[in-house]
Amino acid sequence: MSLWTRIGNVFQGRKLSREIDEELQSHIDEAIAEGRDPAEARRAFGSVPWLREESRDAKLIPWLDSLRADAIFGWRQLMKRKVASAAAILSLALAIGACTSAFRLIDALLLRPLPVANPGQLYSLSREVIGFDGKLASFDGWAYPDFLLMRAAVKGQAELMAVSYPERVDLTYKAEQEMEKGWVQYVSGEMFSSFELRPAVGRLLSESDDVKPGGHPYAVISYDYWTRRFAQDKKVVGRTFRLGDRLFEIVGVGPEGFNGTETATVTDIFLPVMMHAGVLKDDWTWHRTLARIAPGVALKPLRARLDATSSAFERERTKGLTGISKEILEKMLAQTLVLESAAAGASGLQRDYRTSLMALGVLVALVLLIACANVANLMTALAAARAREMALRVSIGAGRWRLVQLVLVEGAILAFLAAAIGAVFAWWSAPFVVSMINPPDNPARLSLPADWRVLGFGLALTVGVMLFLGLMPALRASAVKPVSALKGGDDPHARRRSMHALIALQTAFCFLALFVAGLFVTTFERLSNRPTGFSAERVLTLETIAARPQPAAVWDQVAEHLRAVPGVEKVGLANMVLLSGGSWNNSILINGAPSNGVLAYLLQVSPGWREALRIPLIGGRDFRAGDVYPGVAIVNKTFAKVYFNGEDPIGRRFEVVFSAGERVGFEAVGLVGDVAYRNMRDPIYPQAYFPFYSVDAKGASVPIGEGTFIVRTSITNPLALASLLRREVPNARPEFRVSGIRTQTEINESHTIRERLLARLAFFFGAVALLLAGVGLYGVLDYSVLQRRREIGIRMAIGAPASDIVWRVTLEVFSMVLAGALVGAALGLASVRYIEPLLYQVKSTDAGMLALPSITILAAAVLAALPAVIRAVRIDPAKTLRAD
Amino acid sequence: MPKPDSLQGSLDLLVLKILSRRPHLHGYAIMSAIKDWSGEVLRAEEGTLYPALHRMEEAGWIQAEWVTKETGRRARIYQLTAAGKKQLAAEESRWQAVTAAVSRVLGTV
Repeated sequence: MSLWTRIGNVFQGRKLSREIDEELQSHIDEAIAEGRDPAEARRAFGSVPWLREESRDAKLIPWLDSLRADAIFGWRQLMKRKVASAAAILSLALAIGACTSAFRLIDALLLRPLPVANPGQLYSLSREVIGFDGKLASFDGWAYPDFLLMRAAVKGQAELMAVSYPERVDLTYKAEQEMEKGWVQYVSGEMFSSFELRPAVGRLLSESDDVKPGGHPYAVISYDYWTRRFAQDKKVVGRTFRLGDRLFEIVGVGPEGFNGTETATVTDIFLPVMMHAGVLKDDWTWHRTLARIAPGVALKPLRARLDATSSAFERERTKGLTGISKEILEKMLAQTLVLESAAAGASGLQRDYRTSLMALGVLVALVLLIACANVANLMTALAAARAREMALRVSIGAGRWRLVQLVLVEGAILAFLAAAIGAVFAWWSAPFVVSMINPPDNPARLSLPADWRVLGFGLALTVGVMLFLGLMPALRASAVKPVSALKGGDDPHARRRSMHALIALQTAFCFLALFVAGLFVTTFERLSNRPTGFSAERVLTLETIAARPQPAAVWDQVAEHLRAVPGVEKVGLANMVLLSGGSWNNSILINGAPSNGVLAYLLQVSPGWREALRIPLIGGRDFRAGDVYPGVAIVNKTFAKVYFNGEDPIGRRFEVVFSAGERVGFEAVGLVGDVAYRNMRDPIYPQAYFPFYSVDAKGASVPIGEGTFIVRTSITNPLALASLLRREVPNARPEFRVSGIRTQTEINESHTIRERLLARLAFFFGAVALLLAGVGLYGVLDYSVLQRRREIGIRMAIGAPASDIVWRVTLEVFSMVLAGALVGAALGLASVRYIEPLLYQVKSTDAGMLALPSITILAAAVLAALPAVIRAVRIDPAKTLRAD
Repeated sequence: MPKPDSLQGSLDLLVLKILSRRPHLHGYAIMSAIKDWSGEVLRAEEGTLYPALHRMEEAGWIQAEWVTKETGRRARIYQLTAAGKKQLAAEESRWQAVTAAVSRVLGTV
């Protein structure tokens, strides 16, 4: 018989036993028929059950058979107490699901290697510098001329590739005049061959596309985009599209699965770096630099060489800069080049969410541990109730391992049921979290496959949970001493001690979870309630582009047309939206003296912009028609404080240093209130506003190609006007088109997306942790009262007051809670530095931050203890003592 | 594991040999055959025979089937398989070698 029939026999145990019995019976019948004495014939067999076992074991796999028996027994045990089992399974399922979900996200964003050849050899180059605020800042943007020098310096040891930040641009396919959005990335042609990628159709970009600035109007589209936009039409090669003022020809389609190196962004179109407007600029850092380092090349000397090359470049570049003091220049140049692994790609989302995801991962792991501790306590209590059964098993010869297996199997059933439910939860929740971090206009596309990596993690987690749950009770059960257990005199304290230790552990983890949740929630509160200095409600921003740059008068015409639309109150123009993430900053000179090193943040705005955003005018005047750039400026309060020592700036002059030798003078004509400029976390910068319309050196008006209308409406939901305004812009002038509409509120809130996510999830898991810990505490107290009811009865009988009983019942557990809370607080204070960058204006040492979890846990503990205490006090000594 | 008995580890060999000469025997008949053919010198205990039969069946040396005898009683009868024939040859030659060796030792002393 084969292995399979033996495995099959395990599950047909009854039939197998019957057959063996029948054969033995037929033997006895035969013997009797031959004339032997029936009694003697039977006796000759000895112990039939033993014989049967012996034969059974030969016919099946004994360990599998015992496992089957244990599984059935364990299942019956669980079904006996349905509510407790269901609660245990559900709490475990939630925790396992959350952990798996966190792993899916972390894996997809940070761990999963890119689908390219040897992803392990990929590194990303970035620079670290001590900023003006004294904090270490890191940035990964590079200028192309710098890149070329570095590439030459390490030739033969590493291949360097320039990969631009993905941009969402407007493009038109020639045949269809409609404009559409697409994600574009400018890349070194070399990238494709270095990644050993093969085209699905046509050709990919190559080194020969990296030669002449502006001379390679070719595009490779990604497989994903090919499928979405062109339904995999092979005739796509040769089609052209217009991007800005250039025409590109599609030459090929990338391989399936390759979406660029920007994890969480699916690049639609790859263009040669030579086609980027900044390819010759030495002060425009517009691309990442990736390096494929040849095997066997030492990282340290390579990094040093790159660092030296880049430093020399920066030194050369800043030579011509005037107006900046030597010290500040030195500070700016003191950069360190850093090589980081880019095996999983390099993206902004990774930078933004690395720490957050790790923090969430730890949080859900804490919840899992709390849930495990709960179920372990439950199982310990149940094992206590089964001590006699175990003792009986030992006395009839069950081996130690056999008992361990018996209890472990029960743990396994719990763990695997929980894992199955948890898998469903994880399947749903990971995409849910991704959708939460998505700005609506800019969807992150993170592939979240449920493949062997996720399955393996889930399985490892489940086995871990099983061991955590089963091992302790199993070892204890196997160490049972039959004589004392059957007499009923087992040491009950050992068991209680381990339960109490778990309570302390739970409290510590719960405290930590609540503490971290408190920090995140407070951060979100403070950040989202931070005054921005302007009114975002009812404001729409209309990014508008003109087919050809248009003169000021035409733009004014469109603005005037929009002002006439019903529901529109104010309209202004700006070259950039506040808090949209972009920034334009330069040094300021007063009276030609060297800069004090503080940069001013700049913006070009039209008359009406200030009123549309309701920024208060403190002194001087607003812009009026006829103001042009360069010439006059409006500054904010911080500007006056930083550059004019707080004196009235009206009528004062200052110069802006644009680049080497290029200084432009302005006269401050207005003073306005401070507003948040780049994001919600930054301090208030000195800001200067210039007129939206410019004149060139000869005084001729410069036509403008794009700008943003800031529209204040009179309705609470400004989006209701969005489609109307989108139509009205081309109605006013057919050359104009709106390429994007967002509410200012949405733009402001986009800066707190991460904080909101963290606050919500941390709050949720903190609450779950508290609930689980409370349930655990309740269970343990209840159990210990039940166990000590005889003792309590005796104490009451001899006159102990209720307060004494309460004291005795709760003292031990509450000291454990206290110890746990202290450990939790210590853990919290120790771990807070890892999440420091995620916090805003919250100090972990704030009394409130520590008091909140303490009070919450204390309240939960009192609540959880109440039923047990009431039960203890209500014990009727007469009844209890008679019952035994 | 078979317990040590009077057959000194030769039970497998005897069962295989008997089944090779007379296929389709049930357990009781095999036990009787051992007794009869050995001139009542050797005796297989029930408690040893059946586990041994089931073990050899598991090893694939013999196979069993249920038959209904003319008396109306059901019996489980055994016969050799191809693997069993090979095993018998191996066991037989091993046995010959052992007995020859033992005889040599007895002869020299």
